[in-house]
Amino acid sequence: MSTATMTMTTAPRVRRPTRLVTTGVMIGRSLRHTVRNVDAMIMAIMLPTMLMLLFTFVFGGAIDGGRGGYVDYVVPGIILLCAGFGAASTAVDVADDMSNGIIDRFRTMPLRAMSVLTGHVVASLARNLLATGVVIGVALLLGFRPNADVLDWLGAIGVIAVFILAITWLYAAIGLAARSVEAANGYGFALLFLPYLSSAFVPTDTMPSWLQWIAENQPITPIIETIRGLLMGTDAGTRPLWAMGWCLVIIAAAYLWGSWLFARRARRN
Amino acid sequence: MTNPAIDVRSLRKSFGNQHVLDGVDLAVEAGSIFALLGPNGAGKTTLINILATLTAADSGTAIVAGHDVAEDPDGVREAVSLTGQYAAVDEVLTGEENLRMLARLSGFSAEQARARATELLTRFDLTDAAARRAKSYSGGMRRRLDIALGLVADPPVLFLDEPTTGLDARSRQALWRTIRELASAGTTILLTTQYLDEADALADRIAVLDGGRIVAEGSAAQLKARIGGELVEVRSADGVLLREIPTDGSLDSLRRVLADVAADPASVAVHVVVRKPSLDDVFLTITGAAPQSTIDAEQEVAA
Repeated sequence: MSTATMTMTTAPRVRRPTRLVTTGVMIGRSLRHTVRNVDAMIMAIMLPTMLMLLFTFVFGGAIDGGRGGYVDYVVPGIILLCAGFGAASTAVDVADDMSNGIIDRFRTMPLRAMSVLTGHVVASLARNLLATGVVIGVALLLGFRPNADVLDWLGAIGVIAVFILAITWLYAAIGLAARSVEAANGYGFALLFLPYLSSAFVPTDTMPSWLQWIAENQPITPIIETIRGLLMGTDAGTRPLWAMGWCLVIIAAAYLWGSWLFARRARRN
Repeated sequence: MTNPAIDVRSLRKSFGNQHVLDGVDLAVEAGSIFALLGPNGAGKTTLINILATLTAADSGTAIVAGHDVAEDPDGVREAVSLTGQYAAVDEVLTGEENLRMLARLSGFSAEQARARATELLTRFDLTDAAARRAKSYSGGMRRRLDIALGLVADPPVLFLDEPTTGLDARSRQALWRTIRELASAGTTILLTTQYLDEADALADRIAVLDGGRIVAEGSAAQLKARIGGELVEVRSADGVLLREIPTDGSLDSLRRVLADVAADPASVAVHVVVRKPSLDDVFLTITGAAPQSTIDAEQEVAA
């Protein structure tokens, strides 16, 4: 801190940054966080690989009775399970930001402080699309043979991206609701059971009827069946509509809940 | 003061039924250093948070750099920066990335942001650590980065909440120098502190906040004058401070105090020292956090 360098040579008039710049800066920040979190990156790559191997070689034989072909069934489920795991860290990232003074710094600047959340959501999307790529890559090595054309693939990736956005916004709101980073970690865990209570790993008609009702009517099943329909050509019926409806409702609800929580925490009452 | 940089009138804020700010009035002249002094829980941080648009007041008005904090928070945000009690740095990013991020968010182009980051890194002796993640910084380096982040946009009004807490003596001196330089370049600085020597050394004006009210305001000299001319310290033979009795500095009041001390049969073997009051004495007397004997003594002398 020398007097010689005192003069403010490079400070122009303060201007309000455009929303595009703000969002871009926040996305850059969250992507740096993601890439530098070595544990999370290893998880994002290792977990899909391990789950694919586990479900194909350990459970697969018992489920398909040794006839093979379970890998074709299970891929959409593994994709969603991994995306759920990957998105869960958003709750921790958001809770971490809220407990750090950096959020107050953003709040006292002329910008939309909620773009911090947008940054985390976009980073989660990037991280989980990478994990999805790993699942599909490993699955292809293990004998996954989808009969999808380019449009089907694009459609499937689109559905997966929308699902990642929905679950990430939900985790971001959970991160805001949690009073501590540890709590954020804990609350998020409950959501990870949903894929097991769906058609992700076994068809729902093998379940007791009361559970069947839950499995058929929760959001994961229509999303799974939509992806399965696109990749494997199975008949998804009206499920794509249900899938998109669920995702949009979850995004809207989580966004509104998150905005409300963000404003409430800003008032500190 | 025709056009103060910060103008606060009858500001009130309660959390539940606890009145944190109970009618605060304050005016800070542009380009001056103003210290808010007070014990823990006096409401210093709440006041700063209201002025920096983080918290809404229940009633009263606050105008910062010509903008009302309630009516035009974005106008205020363009003119202020807040450096809070806890370092607000992104620990995952490097020092340079932190500064560039803040510069971009303050409307600098990518190129301007890079130049600004380099300038501030040099200024705060962080050039060697520029490429290291803030997580690896020592407490003092983190605080310097934190202060540098607050200066990125060169705001006309700067809020510093206990800026030197946790700094070693050398960093503290360096920061004091920076604060003085900023003020002489025209920046208005409102800082909170629990250190009386800090307020004494830096501030043009000092307000003592206690229990949500401003209980005293003035320059350090004015505040010291409030307590009187000299203090009489009564110490036991082995040097333990027994009483501190303020006087108005006149021979008359000194004689009265000494007569009081002499009249007490318990004080046969005491040492008496007369000294100038410190800001500490002012603070302790005004906020009532002083040992009971001091307050009693003050009342005795006044009587």
